[in-house]
Amino acid sequence: MEITDGLIAYVAELAHLKLDDAQRAKARDDLARMIGYVDQLAEIDTEGVEPMSHVFPVKNVFREDEVRESMDREAILKNAPEKKDGCFVVPRTVE
Amino acid sequence: MNLLDLSALELGAKIQSRQIRVEEAVRACLSRMEALEGVLHAFVTVTPEAALERARDVQRRIDSGELTHPLAGVPMAVKDVFSTKGVRTTCASKMLSEYVPVFDATAVKKLEAIGAVCLGKTNMDEFAMGSSTESSFFGATRNPWDPARVPGGSSGGSAAAVAAREVFYALGSDTGGSIRQPASFCGVTGIKPTYGAVSRFGLLAYASSLDQIGPIALDAADAAAVTAAIMGRDALDSTSVDAPAPGVPRGDALDGLRVGIPEDYFGEGLQQEVRARVMEAAHVLEGLGARLVPVRMPVLAYAVPAYYVLACAEASSNLSRYDGVKLGFRPKNTQGLHDLYVAARSEGFGAEVRRRIMLGAFALSSGYYDAYYKKALQVRTLIKRGFDACFEQADVLLTPAAPTTAYPLGFHAEDPIRMYLGDIYTVSVNMAGLPGLVMPCGFDAEGLPVGAQLIGRAFGEQALLNCAHAYQQHTSWHRQRPLCGQGKEA
Repeated sequence: MEITDGLIAYVAELAHLKLDDAQRAKARDDLARMIGYVDQLAEIDTEGVEPMSHVFPVKNVFREDEVRESMDREAILKNAPEKKDGCFVVPRTVE
Repeated sequence: MNLLDLSALELGAKIQSRQIRVEEAVRACLSRMEALEGVLHAFVTVTPEAALERARDVQRRIDSGELTHPLAGVPMAVKDVFSTKGVRTTCASKMLSEYVPVFDATAVKKLEAIGAVCLGKTNMDEFAMGSSTESSFFGATRNPWDPARVPGGSSGGSAAAVAAREVFYALGSDTGGSIRQPASFCGVTGIKPTYGAVSRFGLLAYASSLDQIGPIALDAADAAAVTAAIMGRDALDSTSVDAPAPGVPRGDALDGLRVGIPEDYFGEGLQQEVRARVMEAAHVLEGLGARLVPVRMPVLAYAVPAYYVLACAEASSNLSRYDGVKLGFRPKNTQGLHDLYVAARSEGFGAEVRRRIMLGAFALSSGYYDAYYKKALQVRTLIKRGFDACFEQADVLLTPAAPTTAYPLGFHAEDPIRMYLGDIYTVSVNMAGLPGLVMPCGFDAEGLPVGAQLIGRAFGEQALLNCAHAYQQHTSWHRQRPLCGQGKEA
């Protein structure tokens, strides 16, 4: 398939990545090559084959809803690049 | 006797019998690292003071009779993808270059409980995405057998550190071959256990349905002991299960064991010497009583493209958590929240990570989901069926670990797909959730190690370890030592 600038912009938007001109050209080339490569999957007949997202049928692993000790706030905030009054600081989002 | 010539279990036995003190073993490893790290760069972070303090504490608890595990006091290392409380955990990424977790991964905690002494965090491909350890933000690791070559990846630092005897074993993680291919390139023994056998809690996720934790070790007996120590169900990982932990591998004959040889694994693209060494290993197993059975795995050719679609799709989802807010790299001077996310990710991730996130976002995007993501999941079903059919005729499968021996640094820089093709023999094992073990089985003409892979039934770790141990009782490839760029026996 043809990899257009529009598709690259769309995928970068989904991935939350910003590309400069050189990176965009490289990404177009990379994605074209990788998609061209994975396109060979179309050759294989999978009519009626169930998709398998997980190898073992483990589902609904429940536990009792008990109140337990959790991590304290200081520990959780320890790696925050910016924090204030026990909160993560982010840029203003509402005027 | 040089204590660095011992295996982990041999050292552990000498520590238990008070012939060697833990601190002595740790100091031997630290001086070895001092001599070699300038060449190899197997570590991102070394923690000598903490290791020495830990050595003294473990020694006290061995002396008091509290710690009796055969691996108590043995120096080891942990790939930098495992959360380690109080020790920087970078995933070899600028994004996490200053991240210090406040908790331990379950596998790390379990090893700490048996008295392991961790010397540091090993280098890897950024976020475990790569097969050569060249995509590390901190620079490449070199292969101890030839420092001009890669150690494999993504657990290249762990494999190089063990091969060079900087530590006695190391933890790795394996999403598509990241334990087994570096074990092959570095001439050591590595096992990726069955999916679910080891808790992934605290492992920084790459592709959650494929990621699994395992050891890189000097031989099958050591690998069995470490695997047994880290296995088990964990309430913190709902995909973990209680599986029978492997016991000490038996070295007896392999009478009646059916070893499947899938001819599809010996086709085009396989280096001639790798084929020859693996077939020699097959004949050694035959000599020990095993029966070689030809089997087929025709869907193998599609395993790599299906794997890259699934792994990248899961990665694009898993790595969306890195946004510069709660932890990790945060750029200055951004314009608003969205710009902060985008700038943190664009500057914090390296080229290979960005490439895979974009492929994953594409495969999951509306309009392409059925053709790529769903199709790859269907191929995954076919791979599982292919293995099921093989295991009707065979008890274990023997294949090459990788199509080639270790290649020079920069070899695949221009064409990542050529590097991806090097994962052809390993990725399908992750897609089917099966256990896979790699053991050294000889050298090519350039003196580089060749690895053979044994693939087992789900939760069949014991059969793989028995088979590898029996092989190692009758061969000495696993005892060969690299020169580590020192020109003579270092």
